[in-house]
Amino acid sequence: MSLVDWSRAQFALTALYHWLFVPLTLGITFFLAITESIYVKTGKEEWKKITKFWMTLFGINFAIGVATGIILEFEFGTNWSNYSWFVGDIFGAPLAIEGIMAFFMESVFIAVMFFGWDKVSKRFHLTSTWLTAIGSNLSALWILVANGWMQNPVGMHFNPDTARMEMADFWDVLFNPNAINKFLHTIYSSYILAAAFIVGISAWYLLRNREKIVAKKSIVVASIFGLIFSVLTIVTGDESARQVAKTQPMKLAAMEGLYYGSDHAPLIAIGAIKGEAKDSSQAKQDFYFKFEVPSLLSYMAFLDADAFVPGIHDLVHGNKEQGIMPYKEKMRRGKIARKALKDYKEAKDNGNTEKAEELLAQFNDKKWLTEYFNYFGYSYFNDPHQIIPNVPITFYSFHLMVMAGGYLMMIFAVLLFLVYKNNLEKYKWILWAVILGMPAAWLATESGWIVAEMGRQPWVIQDLMPTMTAVSNINTTSVQITFAMFFIVFTALLIAEIKIMLKQIKIGPNKGGN
Amino acid sequence: MFELLDYSTLQHYWYAINALLAAILVFMMFVQGGQMLIYKIGKTETEQSMIVNSIGRKWEITFSTLVVFGGAFFASFPLFYATSFGGAYWVWMIILFSFIIQAVSYEYRSKPNNFLGKKTYDTFLFINGLIATTFLGTAVATFFTGSPFHINEMNNSFWDSSFRGLELALDFTNYNTFINLSLGLAIFFLSRVLANMYFLNSIDDKNIEKRAHKSILYNAIPFVVFFLFFFINIIFKDGFAINPDTGEVYMEPMKYFSNMLEMPLVFALLLIGVVMILMSIGRVYFKFDQCKERGIWIAGIGTILVVFNLLLIAGFNNTAYYPSTTDLQSSISIFNSSSSEYTLVAMSYVSLMVPFVIAYTWYVWKSINNKKIDADEINNSHGY
Repeated sequence: MSLVDWSRAQFALTALYHWLFVPLTLGITFFLAITESIYVKTGKEEWKKITKFWMTLFGINFAIGVATGIILEFEFGTNWSNYSWFVGDIFGAPLAIEGIMAFFMESVFIAVMFFGWDKVSKRFHLTSTWLTAIGSNLSALWILVANGWMQNPVGMHFNPDTARMEMADFWDVLFNPNAINKFLHTIYSSYILAAAFIVGISAWYLLRNREKIVAKKSIVVASIFGLIFSVLTIVTGDESARQVAKTQPMKLAAMEGLYYGSDHAPLIAIGAIKGEAKDSSQAKQDFYFKFEVPSLLSYMAFLDADAFVPGIHDLVHGNKEQGIMPYKEKMRRGKIARKALKDYKEAKDNGNTEKAEELLAQFNDKKWLTEYFNYFGYSYFNDPHQIIPNVPITFYSFHLMVMAGGYLMMIFAVLLFLVYKNNLEKYKWILWAVILGMPAAWLATESGWIVAEMGRQPWVIQDLMPTMTAVSNINTTSVQITFAMFFIVFTALLIAEIKIMLKQIKIGPNKGGN
Repeated sequence: MFELLDYSTLQHYWYAINALLAAILVFMMFVQGGQMLIYKIGKTETEQSMIVNSIGRKWEITFSTLVVFGGAFFASFPLFYATSFGGAYWVWMIILFSFIIQAVSYEYRSKPNNFLGKKTYDTFLFINGLIATTFLGTAVATFFTGSPFHINEMNNSFWDSSFRGLELALDFTNYNTFINLSLGLAIFFLSRVLANMYFLNSIDDKNIEKRAHKSILYNAIPFVVFFLFFFINIIFKDGFAINPDTGEVYMEPMKYFSNMLEMPLVFALLLIGVVMILMSIGRVYFKFDQCKERGIWIAGIGTILVVFNLLLIAGFNNTAYYPSTTDLQSSISIFNSSSSEYTLVAMSYVSLMVPFVIAYTWYVWKSINNKKIDADEINNSHGY
């Protein structure tokens, strides 16, 4: 494995570990805010007990979320230092705002949440709980604005003097449709995960015939919460598909394992894809089996069942009929843009002002920018086939995400129905199915990130910067060692977290009583 | 309103904000100082718990300050962020690693079934205290002494030592190493002084008070020694000056001392900061009963003043704040490393929130610390 592979592995490791804990924080803080609001409103102690119990579990989760999060922020610098310079002018801002707006809010008020029960008024405490929830979700907003920009870079221009992208419009970056939708899809799905966690543990209590009051009340609140956000996750997911179709057609093709594009493109409901085809032209027999829904992919991507959805082959080799430029041509244009930059630097160094100004004018010429500079990133590739993501991984993680999400939605609906009928405890197998919802929730959310990030490869910033050029100038061994360090410590801490969590669940809200 | 400022003013403004964040971070390192003193100041389990709980309510603020410092530097001076973090890889990785193991330790140390055992988590806290203080202090000193790196015409940076930053603390053939380490050790001892003062401010326990009282002196003496060593060296040292007309970097004798004289307000505030630290140490030690609770605030504000103004001396007045010792012209200054004017303006609007953040942090701090921690409270709801 090369330096860039190890750097990616390390980032993926920290991101995937971090994401084991964050969605629970995003969701459960709102759940706590709701149950504590009920407590303050009704004055009933049982709601305080419910809040405090879930708060204990939240605290255990929060600590490790923070631990894994700090690495991510600094890893942009330590492992992706060329990236940090090339786009730091745009990418750094949301990270800084995240810190100033969100992290302090979260970390200051979380202390009140945990330590303030007997020190501040009920109202102040409740406000703090809400502010912790809002703070953690605000931090998600800013980091997803940053990530949205990597998927669909907007609001910037290239400065040949500093050799980097610079921000031209802050509002374009913030209201990047890709970012807003990504934010909503991510937090909504996180609320589902938190709901699955709560109903899962409550189901276990019911199976054990203990903590019935806490469990049942928690199930009602969490199932409503989960069901609402399941619907909203589908809505935002659907919107995501259209944005991906528009800005990252290769990702969409990989998600569906679509090698050859067509109109009336079908959506694969279930399928088993064969190993990655190195050359898209050899990929005719691409599936062991598949069940398709006719025309649905065309409809999802373009709200039009007749629409043409390009496949991997169309994107790599071009499709004249559909006006798709082949990668080879993009690479050619990109190389022209890169040469212009090199010539400009040389002219400046040699004091050739006339030539430098002529070239500089090019970098301000809209037509030239659209025709050539927009393909700058393609100049780093030598073979068009390098510009295809890993298809099987993208395909499977996308389908797993959808299936696991669907399963959870069903669980919430069934739970609410049974609660309404008041015979939840009769169906032991359903309670087991609810417990199974917990791993399903994590599977769905982690898969979602794998689709988003693996599907974007080999770009770190779509079409602008290949991942291989973003990496720090460092020896591979150093990254291998830090990878091993993080792997060992994160795994040890994860084991600790799970053991502590299980123990606290066993102890329960009544400290072992009933 | 920020649009009216010129580029250079914005660059200075943002450098000052980062310096302020770094200064607050060093003050908040009393948490790390305290982590090293759990077993020194607390002899019984209850005493140790009181100590852990007193700093355990603040560790997240220190942590957030570090994260915000990183984010703000990234947004305002991305070339520094790219060069230092990507270059001094091992220094930053070790620092970050120590913060990973810190973050879980408070929450997990006294929970049943915690896999690694209480002692391990307390050791994690100790390691974080030791590394965060000395390494960060050493790293700040390199703002004056320089690091081995160069930057190419595309602004890609390359570190010129395979030790990846560790050479700055371990290469004893280089006199700069001693300057770097002296600041690292000064911060190390200062954090312990501040921690003791914080215990006096927030814990109600006679035994802890007695030990913290003594410990202040034992840590203050080496702090003063190391800080003086650092400070005297800075005064007499050649500095990395920039020619404002050409942008060329050159070595200027006693540059940092000139900066102090040419920026008298900065120099005055620096000296006031030093006096505040020394005075509070003296007052707490000799007039214990009257002054024990106030010490942390006086010394804390003093710390913020000292670090803030030291960093201004390193970066203002046409000085390269992150100098290169292997390629002088690659040295990083606020002029060649900052974000674009547009981004700095946008970020400046965001910076208006900083006073608001400080205000609510202060308010919450007061409400949580309005009653000192005592043995009774330790058995309460959410203790570490």
